[in-house]
Amino acid sequence: MARKTDKKFRWRLKHLLGLRELDRKEIEFILDTAKAFEQVGRRPIKKTPPLRGRVVANMFFEDSTRTRNSFALAAGRLSADVIEFTKKSSSVSKGETLLDTARNLEAMGVDIVVVRHGAGGAPKFLSRNINACVVNAGDGYNEHPTQALLDVYTIRQMRGSLDGLKIGIVGDIAHSRVARSGIWAMSKLGAEVTLIGPPTLMPAQAHLLPVKISYSLDEVLEQLDVINMLRIQFERLGKNPFPSVREYSHFFGLTVERMKRAKPDIIVMHPGPINRGLELESEVADGPNSVILKQVANGLPVRMAVLFLVNQAAAAESKSK
Amino acid sequence: MKVILDAKQIEAALSDLADRIARQISENVDIAVIGIRSRGEILANRLSEKLSNKLGKTVPCGTLDITLYRDDLNNPQSDTQPTVRSTVISFDINEKIIILVDDVLHTGRSTRAAMDALVDFGRPKAIRLAVLVDRGRREFPIQADYIGCKVDIGPGQTVEVNLVDTDDKDQVIIK
Repeated sequence: MARKTDKKFRWRLKHLLGLRELDRKEIEFILDTAKAFEQVGRRPIKKTPPLRGRVVANMFFEDSTRTRNSFALAAGRLSADVIEFTKKSSSVSKGETLLDTARNLEAMGVDIVVVRHGAGGAPKFLSRNINACVVNAGDGYNEHPTQALLDVYTIRQMRGSLDGLKIGIVGDIAHSRVARSGIWAMSKLGAEVTLIGPPTLMPAQAHLLPVKISYSLDEVLEQLDVINMLRIQFERLGKNPFPSVREYSHFFGLTVERMKRAKPDIIVMHPGPINRGLELESEVADGPNSVILKQVANGLPVRMAVLFLVNQAAAAESKSK
Repeated sequence: MKVILDAKQIEAALSDLADRIARQISENVDIAVIGIRSRGEILANRLSEKLSNKLGKTVPCGTLDITLYRDDLNNPQSDTQPTVRSTVISFDINEKIIILVDDVLHTGRSTRAAMDALVDFGRPKAIRLAVLVDRGRREFPIQADYIGCKVDIGPGQTVEVNLVDTDDKDQVIIK
């Protein structure tokens, strides 16, 4: 049935830097747009024309398989041309700065820059200094908005809505941009978020976030509708955040044993890549409650929606100039 | 504001469209109806029901969202947000005669977009265009095969199709 259009709503953001600055309506608009893109992947010709003639640069200063490929495929399905840029095979290894690199890409006519960078705030810095649209694909410990969007998209797909759901985010919260973006998206959509992990892996200012905090998975597990298991990011951890990997796994790993005490229909999520047997037991990762591969699949329509919308905002802006 | 078709006349026009389509389709050819969002979707539903009754077989019905195929997408002509909605075609369009349905035929640009979108779903045997109102003033070389009602109105005026499903009542008005 035809939905009534809200004539007053207008998408105005030509950059997607984080979810903190988005309101519920904007987040829902991205998710609704993504929903419409979902069927493109089921058609004989999986391509649509809205970004024809536009160039998307994938600038990844940190490693990635899922996110980078997902953005490349999403841009392709919107008919954009894609420039792949990675730190190792570029002039960054010769000392070129982030801004110089971006300006050079812009000189080649790049319209949208998708950027992943180790420094929090790098996408924001770029957005202030170049004309192209900037989409954050993960910056330091700050945000990873498209990952959180595909997470809430997946939950919405399973449950219809996030309102009133109890969601646990487990693990290394302090170093997790996935957690940071997830907290904003989930709480804005009406879920109750609990951060779960050892005190050493909680962000210093956790009490300022719209969340509850628990240092014991076993205490809260039974109440959870959704559990998002974060990866232990060995590459980001300092010295001794927990006594041993085995101990961490013992207290915070999601095992078959623990699953017996969880709600039977609990949704198990993980942003990937998984440390099998550490934060997540293989049987659970591949079990009936796991939506991990669904998350990956949903990344595609969500990123198509984001690229489509920032380009729309840029088109409207250039029109009004 | 002037009412050019009331509820009864819309119903009669759709029945007449169904009659004409049914007469021209030979029995051994599969047909399907696809409506362009959003008023075309509702009209397509009504038309496929009438055709199913007349032909004594189920005529499948789909919905096409043409937002991604619009030629003004990156050169917005209006201030309203282009909203992408789902296209729902749950059947194979290959080798079928597709009756494409829209409420009003004006510039022909929507029809062009709809045809481009359709061929991404397969290769239909033919595409025929059915519209409730043809208001003339074409910008593209496109004509309808089945027309419910023809009006010639000036560029300052608009034709509005109201349908009970979205607008409380069935009527076609000129503003």
